[in-house]
Amino acid sequence: MLKARLIPCLDVKDGRVVKGVNFIDLRDAGDPVEIAKAYDAAGADELCFLDITATHENRGIIFDVVSRTAEACFMPLTVGGGVRTLDDIRKLLLAGADKVSINSAAVADRDFVRRAAEKFGAQCVVVAIDAKSVAPGKWEIFTHGGRKPTGIDAIAFAKDVTSLGAGEILLTSMDRDGTGKGFDIALTRAIADAVTVPVIASGGVGTLDHLVDGIRDGHAAAVLAASIFHFGTYSIAEAKHHLSANGVPMRLC
Amino acid sequence: MSVVIIDYGSGNLHSAAKAFERAARDNGLDIPVVVTADPEKLRAAERIVLPGVGAFKDCRDGLKSIPGMWDTLEDQVIVRARPFLGICVGMQLMASRGLEHDVTGGFGWIEGDVKPITPRDASFKIPHMGWNTLEMQRPHALLDGIELGENGLHGYFVHSYHLDAKHPSHVIATTEHGMAVTAMVGRDNMAGTQFHPEKSQGLGLALIANFLRWRP
Repeated sequence: MLKARLIPCLDVKDGRVVKGVNFIDLRDAGDPVEIAKAYDAAGADELCFLDITATHENRGIIFDVVSRTAEACFMPLTVGGGVRTLDDIRKLLLAGADKVSINSAAVADRDFVRRAAEKFGAQCVVVAIDAKSVAPGKWEIFTHGGRKPTGIDAIAFAKDVTSLGAGEILLTSMDRDGTGKGFDIALTRAIADAVTVPVIASGGVGTLDHLVDGIRDGHAAAVLAASIFHFGTYSIAEAKHHLSANGVPMRLC
Repeated sequence: MSVVIIDYGSGNLHSAAKAFERAARDNGLDIPVVVTADPEKLRAAERIVLPGVGAFKDCRDGLKSIPGMWDTLEDQVIVRARPFLGICVGMQLMASRGLEHDVTGGFGWIEGDVKPITPRDASFKIPHMGWNTLEMQRPHALLDGIELGENGLHGYFVHSYHLDAKHPSHVIATTEHGMAVTAMVGRDNMAGTQFHPEKSQGLGLALIANFLRWRP
């Protein structure tokens, strides 16, 4: 049976790992390749790099980070941040990414998702959706690290990009990201139940119970977290055993 | 004597090459790993790996675009009976036909069509993406010493289509995703995995080591 996935995420800036608290205060937690190797050895199910400053700064460094990681880790790697063109995707895949996550560019031009899936296959096209609650049961897409509202309904958008060929949705609650208060479960469930592809829940994990909530109540296929792992609050093994003990099917070996 | 990983523009192969190098090193096997788009180097190969990601037709077109590659592969696998491993779409290309977008011909080594996965209900997401266990349908040298079944090791899958083999005897292993999905096929000197051994940590490295030692 297919297992739920636990995905540590590394926010990368200038080739170094950081974790933004609500995307503003950055703390340095080290070399992404070394951390990736440690997560590989610890049994993480996948790894995710988000090049968080890619929209503003030189992107060249990330290709080297991806390439060195892919050579050292025998696990799937998703890379996102500042992906705007088919050539950006091609370069990341050639550097060794297995999947590429598209965010603002998909919001600006949904057909980009179709072109990307047609060119490289739906299996490597992840659409990252950053959503904020705007009314009960209603969420809107925000771009540029949560700073820019778009007026686009998150559920309708998720359905749309899925029909255009997105193979997976990486869903981040901008209300919860960096707060440690847990996923926005209502949002996660609304999107997961609306689309046919797997949804990765992201934003707000502070405890191991939050991870359980994301799968069990949010209906996510995978859960993503950053700071609880980077700073050693919990290990990957502790998290996976906690999920398993709470009835979530996990890969423990 | 070498293992050749065929590079026809279907994604990055450094990670796959490193996985084969590590499996060789960890098992004391002195087997060079060559990543190449050159049919001449394929001729010198002792063992052949055909990877593949993306759409069936794109992969077929990619292989066909290299002069001599398709025929050299047929010759090496069918006539010379070199040990062959297809991975993901590389495995699907062993089938008679792919039905993704258009109907596209494959090598036809494993009779059958590559069809959409059709799980019994919508709780099974497509693509089938992530770690799943394998149910062995018949013993195979590539699975020697690997713990399978519900409590066994996992393979990493990411696909929406699978090889529906005409002859059950060609199905080595299946995986459950709202239906029995073909996870591994094989006959004689050829085998193919729908999952990615190069991304499958313990199971993957063990299967690769078995492939490097395989004497079909």
